[in-house]
Amino acid sequence: MSYEELMDYDEVMESYDPALGLEVHVELNTHSKMFCSCSTQFGAEPNTQTCPTCLGLPGSLPVVNAKAIESAIRIGLALNCSISTWCRFARKNYFYPDMTKNFQTSQYDEPICFDGQVEVEVDGQPFIIPIERAHMEEDAGKSQHMGGTTGRIQGADYSLMDYNRAGVPLIEIVTKPIMATGPQAPAVARAYVGFLRDMIRALGVSDVRMEQGSLRCDANVSLMPKGSTTLGTRTETKNVNSLRSIEKALRFEICRQGAILSSGGQVVQETRHWHEDGAYTSAGRSKEEAEDYRYFPEPDLVPIAPSREWVEELRATIPEPPAVHIAGLNKTWGFSDLEMRDVVNAEAVDLIHATVEAGASPQAARKWWMTELLRRANAESISLEDLPISGEHVAEVQRLIDSGLISDKIARQVIEAVLAGEGSPTQIVEDRGLTLVSDSVTLQKAVDDVIEANPDIAQKIREGKDQATGALIGQVMKQMSGQADAAKVREMIIASLAS
Amino acid sequence: MTLTNADVARLADLARLDLTPEELSVMAGQLDVILDAVASVSEVAGDDVPPSSHALDLTNVFRVDEVHQSLSPEAALKMAPAVEDGRFRVPRILGE
Repeated sequence: MSYEELMDYDEVMESYDPALGLEVHVELNTHSKMFCSCSTQFGAEPNTQTCPTCLGLPGSLPVVNAKAIESAIRIGLALNCSISTWCRFARKNYFYPDMTKNFQTSQYDEPICFDGQVEVEVDGQPFIIPIERAHMEEDAGKSQHMGGTTGRIQGADYSLMDYNRAGVPLIEIVTKPIMATGPQAPAVARAYVGFLRDMIRALGVSDVRMEQGSLRCDANVSLMPKGSTTLGTRTETKNVNSLRSIEKALRFEICRQGAILSSGGQVVQETRHWHEDGAYTSAGRSKEEAEDYRYFPEPDLVPIAPSREWVEELRATIPEPPAVHIAGLNKTWGFSDLEMRDVVNAEAVDLIHATVEAGASPQAARKWWMTELLRRANAESISLEDLPISGEHVAEVQRLIDSGLISDKIARQVIEAVLAGEGSPTQIVEDRGLTLVSDSVTLQKAVDDVIEANPDIAQKIREGKDQATGALIGQVMKQMSGQADAAKVREMIIASLAS
Repeated sequence: MTLTNADVARLADLARLDLTPEELSVMAGQLDVILDAVASVSEVAGDDVPPSSHALDLTNVFRVDEVHQSLSPEAALKMAPAVEDGRFRVPRILGE
């Protein structure tokens, strides 16, 4: 529950302009950690992925993971950043048991990527997001607080530490103050983090799963009186774990700060925690006294100096921005905005693309991925791309339907079999003998038999009761074990009864 | 370079060291000697000599992104003063 005084959002916007600042942490998907060769696999048993380096034992020495540097540079390039010619890691000193070394290896005044910008769109309106920096650092261990009633750090008796995550490479992306968004501020923040997620996924450098913590966002916001150019006191909201929450948390903070300022009060500069269940923020650590992390250059690591040739090589691997990519594809697909949004949300863009490339029509590709296959993926709580079926398979199934070899219903069986690992669609149709019986003599015989066995129904159809045809079609299909084209059977029944 | 007791008290606080006023005075004196010794480097290094942060004149020392054997959890936890449920047990983090 929140007991904070809130002001109506629209009223706040009449008197104040919000300024945003977003810090996003992205966990890279390298196989090994940033400074040692321990696995980064998510979900392993506690403390099974540690070594003297990530446990901070005396005498251990870190060595930089080349892939992490490459990923950092590629992220920087995709954010239109400059790439440093020479930079160092720094120690950020703090005392907290999530890092056994009592410091985090990070970057301070020499980030590897700096001065970038990206453009996002909200309701058709473009907004420029200026990027201050993207720097490299390592993740911390995971703590579980024991005792007390809430499982939270407040009131806990002690904590249990798992260091599997300690040392996993992170990129922290920091914006400059984002101004002049007006009432769109929360939506702009959401669009920006959504952009980062899609872009980083397209780069293939992170799983970017907010729910698993591989993309985390801290949202700063402050208000200033309309017309002022001096930034107000900001708060930083942590623990925002979905795109939807970013928007909601910022809206809440704007309403809370608006209420304080309009009644003559002062916003306290502090960290606030977002509570998903009650949709409110609560005060955390006060930041009145600036923290002193006593940063200094990491003496155990030599500087990073990416050659310009390497940077240019990496620049050639940067995909076009996700929105441009998607808009380009939809020019030929012709889906409605709503259809396309569903496709994007289901992460089916690349799969449909592959299916169309393999020869299926965009509509057919969308139909299979967004109904039958999406249902299967949802039932198993996995993403579409994790289903053991490819765009080529789906296109092949559609080809079999289009050429009249199988019906839609049989196609579903074929897809089932592909998912069960029985092979390619054509092979499955052959192995199981699933092709439609298009041999007219055999079909006509079945139709005649069914009419003869059901004289009452046949009479009704003769008298013009078309809906009775269904019963006969059903029986013919049963005789043919489903391997007949129902439309063709209908035609044959009507023709037989008319003669 | 002269460090005041207040400077040392702040450093001690950041390093989570609990020093008595007498200890602060002793440390201030000793740290002054160390700072003076280090400062003498600037007498020989001119403006054309950039400050270094590493003894070796190297850049880009990387390793390939490969997973190697980690410690067994038993070995990792053997060093812990307290263990519970496969994890390091640490005292309460926040004070009362």
